Amino acid sequence: MESLPARAERAITDKDARNIGRIEELSYELRISEVMTRNFLSVSPDLEMEQVLDLFRQVRISGAPVISEGEVVGILSIEDLIRCLREGNTRVPVTQYMTHQVVTVRAHDSVVEALKLFTQRQFGRLPVVDEAGKLVGIITKGDITRGVLKALESDYQTEEVRRYRASHLFEDIISDRSSLMLRYVIEPGNFVEGGQASSHIKRALLRLGASPQIARRCGIAVYEAEMNLIIHATNGGTITTEIEPHLINIQVVDDGPGIEDPALAMKPGFSTATERIRELGFGAGMGLPNIERCVDEMSLESALGIGTSLSMKIYLQPQESLEQWHYYFVSLGRWEKTRRATARTSGN
Amino acid sequence: MKPEEIVTAVDGEILVAAPAGLDLVYGFASDLMSDVLHLVKPKTLLITGLVNVQSVRTAEMADLPAILFVRDKFPPPETLQLAKELGIAVMLSPYTMFETCGKLFQAGLRGQGRVYYVP
Repeated sequence: MESLPARAERAITDKDARNIGRIEELSYELRISEVMTRNFLSVSPDLEMEQVLDLFRQVRISGAPVISEGEVVGILSIEDLIRCLREGNTRVPVTQYMTHQVVTVRAHDSVVEALKLFTQRQFGRLPVVDEAGKLVGIITKGDITRGVLKALESDYQTEEVRRYRASHLFEDIISDRSSLMLRYVIEPGNFVEGGQASSHIKRALLRLGASPQIARRCGIAVYEAEMNLIIHATNGGTITTEIEPHLINIQVVDDGPGIEDPALAMKPGFSTATERIRELGFGAGMGLPNIERCVDEMSLESALGIGTSLSMKIYLQPQESLEQWHYYFVSLGRWEKTRRATARTSGN
Repeated sequence: MKPEEIVTAVDGEILVAAPAGLDLVYGFASDLMSDVLHLVKPKTLLITGLVNVQSVRTAEMADLPAILFVRDKFPPPETLQLAKELGIAVMLSPYTMFETCGKLFQAGLRGQGRVYYVP
């Protein structure tokens, strides 16, 4: 029994709770009543061990609760049967070999309560009781695995259905020109919530079936624009995204203070951000150049004291592949140039 | 490198566990998020001293699956919460940016190669 302490350590503690993943989350969400076996087999205390042996073999189970007048009085497992067989003592009632001190779990509790007991103590099964202490089911590790897998499958299906519906949105709705508008109001100076609109837009695009590359480019462009509103715009601003089957059109508008020299603002490295903004991770002077790089078309209009309007377009199909080819050739050309230069200097 | 190997290399700790099977090849270090958004390739480890929520948002936008915070700066709860929601792994290194990167490079994490500045 050297492995026992190690197993006990694996029980979920509150300290670990902050690192939990979806499966562990489910073990907190799911109730024992949702995963337990309701139609279970029980044995009466006066049954002989030999009869139990036959019973277990017939129905292929490895344990059962022992019930007397509706109360759980013990639990009998395959280990008890083995012990009984070794001692060659099969013509005795189950009460002689069963475990008398029965640990139960409540039907209303989270699955994690049963998991804790399974990991801390080496139980194979646990009787489940209701509020009144009446036996209502049996739970095994297998039940938990099945329950969690079922819940995960249903999670997955819900997401698939959502995705499917969204990605067929434009096919299902017929008009001369269909588009989906997403509007967001951005508060000035709100760093903690900054990026939420971009996150929603990126997720919407993925749902609608955009490629991860398109979603990433769009996400980066809108995020830079959103942070610009938060950092620079006096009253914040609005982001309007219009999604069409072949085009994403994004308008970012604010009412001040306006950019003094829009051409200078486009220059990589130019920034008017304060030291405080830089401490928050922004103001590298790469915002607008980044946006320009990520979108297919961009126009920036600004007037001091009036406001700024940034318009971005990302094309979804043919241009996407064209641009990728362009990047490919540009980087190939550069690589070739460097390779030649290195070959010359190293004398190869 | 797996998150466990990363934290071993820098004597650090995992604050938000990674989705199963995460194995990182590249690293990228910066405290300025626009630099990250400008240069970083997807599936790269973000190494930064910026612990506010924007580090996680940046990782989300640029498809980066993991963040390593340096200088033993413990991130605020909202940063950890958002990373957990988005399934982005978070780790903490007790060393400075320079030493953290050096140790990871030595342990086999690779860089993205030469940067070509496009004016």
